[in-house]
Amino acid sequence: MTDNDVAVVRPKQRSSGAPPGPAASAPSMRPERVRGRARRSIRSRERWAALSFLSPWLIGLLAITIGPMIASFYLSFTDYSLGYGEWVGGENYARMLDDPRLANAIKVTAVYTFVSVPLQLAAALLLAIVLDRGLRGMAFYRSIFYLPSLLGGSVAIAIMWRQVFGTEGLVNQVLAIFGIQGEGWVSHPDYALGTLIILHVWTFGSPMIIFLAGLRQIPTMYYEAAKIDGAGVMQRFVSVTLPLLTPIIFFNLVLQIINSFQSFTQAFIISSGKGGPADSTMFLTLYLYDQGFTQFDMGYASAIAWLLLAIIAIFTALNFLMSKFWVFYGDND
Amino acid sequence: MTETPTPAPSKPRAKQSPATLGVKRFVFHLVLIGAAMVMIYPLLWMLSASLKPIDEIFADPGLIPSTWEWGNYADGWNALPHPFEKYIWNSMIIVAGSILGNLVSCSMAAYAFARLRFPMRGMLFAIMLGTIMLPIHVVIIPQYILFNNLGWVDTFWPLIVPKLLATDAFFIFLMVQFIRGLPKELDEAASIDGCGYWGTYLRVIMPLCMPALATTAIFTFIWTWNDFYSQLIYLRDIDLQTVPLALRLFMDSTGTTNWGALFAMSIVALGPIFGFFLAGQRYLVRGIATTGIK
Repeated sequence: MTDNDVAVVRPKQRSSGAPPGPAASAPSMRPERVRGRARRSIRSRERWAALSFLSPWLIGLLAITIGPMIASFYLSFTDYSLGYGEWVGGENYARMLDDPRLANAIKVTAVYTFVSVPLQLAAALLLAIVLDRGLRGMAFYRSIFYLPSLLGGSVAIAIMWRQVFGTEGLVNQVLAIFGIQGEGWVSHPDYALGTLIILHVWTFGSPMIIFLAGLRQIPTMYYEAAKIDGAGVMQRFVSVTLPLLTPIIFFNLVLQIINSFQSFTQAFIISSGKGGPADSTMFLTLYLYDQGFTQFDMGYASAIAWLLLAIIAIFTALNFLMSKFWVFYGDND
Repeated sequence: MTETPTPAPSKPRAKQSPATLGVKRFVFHLVLIGAAMVMIYPLLWMLSASLKPIDEIFADPGLIPSTWEWGNYADGWNALPHPFEKYIWNSMIIVAGSILGNLVSCSMAAYAFARLRFPMRGMLFAIMLGTIMLPIHVVIIPQYILFNNLGWVDTFWPLIVPKLLATDAFFIFLMVQFIRGLPKELDEAASIDGCGYWGTYLRVIMPLCMPALATTAIFTFIWTWNDFYSQLIYLRDIDLQTVPLALRLFMDSTGTTNWGALFAMSIVALGPIFGFFLAGQRYLVRGIATTGIK
């Protein structure tokens, strides 16, 4: 997330560009000092204004984000269940160790994420490169490929998917044309997760848009230089496009991994809220919902939430560590 | 073929005749159209299934119904305890509150981050970015307990109040990026003309932020309209069900009987998103591109 880093750094640069603060300007000449005093009152007015502009966000941050985070951590050490609960120490975390359904949920979530994200990004990158060639009708194609990612998160699409991959659904109707007898994909424990992975890949539109924006930033002179040096299409892609695009691939990768660990709606709808068949679509988030809001075992559910956060944090950190070996940040700008 | 040993950078494809180029392009478009067709065929299939007689939906993968069953829509509209407009209306209330909340609270925070100097700005900004990535699952249980104690479960408040408090930090980031692109001289000119910070925010920055505000409104619409998780948790009362909850109810209650009607209501649910997509595509694409890259 280099882009965010840039954004964080920017205000610092700006304030360092401004004249030095009152402490630094103390030993300066008289007119400076008068202006310094005036500036100080402007400064305090500015601070109050900032506080008032930020107040809704600050209240939300404390009451709806940070407060609940702390509370959730505390709850994970209790057996809280709507109304009352007692401190149980690390019991919830110990319970995780021999909870086969939880172990299965971690496995299902991991398989889903690590199969669907690379496929989705590969599709996004491929289409972005194809569409970047400035063909006529490019805007039209872009819209069509982008549309599924807007709709993909909705219940209506999950309902559609369930029928498309149902016993008599669209997929099997098409297979029947070729004389193949298809399964009831959604209701088969071996294939149900696969249908969710395909659904995730289907929504490659938004990473594709990010890739397209990135491709447009690559200066054409690099390609021209490569061409003069005799590089072919493939070589230009491997030695120019791909290295310059790695920061954006990285950005998409981090974002999509974080998102797909949190997927909920599709699995919930396709399995009627049960994570079935045979727990084969039981994502961690579904298990958390089941424990917290069906069984109302909110202490254990909080512990699961922290497990989820830890998993996401570990993979994001790993991503950043590994990025040193393959992400290329241009040294010329 | 495209490798040109002689340096001709200005005309890179000089060696290809117009005819081969034309054929290549044609094949290219053919492949792309094929891919696009595969992508949207499921959607078209559902649209046509919503107009087919029930026995035809699972028998024929084609798109043209033998008879047009507009009755599916009427059946679906009245299949649940309330007529479907009730659920649309409930969704609309939440969407309207969310849009209003995000536009006001996120733009205020964004103005402060982008233009004002105050202590701990860098740290607060970093925290704000961090909350974009925070999974809702980590905070949902204490939030539920909090709103339950306030007596807000089975009201729309738990879905609207967080937006009034700028918890969708993604939009703060989007607008900070946008405001930073506006020339600072405008603020200075406004301040010389006697505008305070609120005056500058309301009269200078906000009018210039219209594209970012439009992006925020459209994304908020789509995300709130599609949202299922928090509505599932906070809205259990049958009178408060929203469109996604109603669809789920429909699916689970009808079993395998009335697919045409269920598809019809799914199409109704997707309609507004499709409309916003057509009308606001420019803003959507720009929003993704600016927050993703810039």
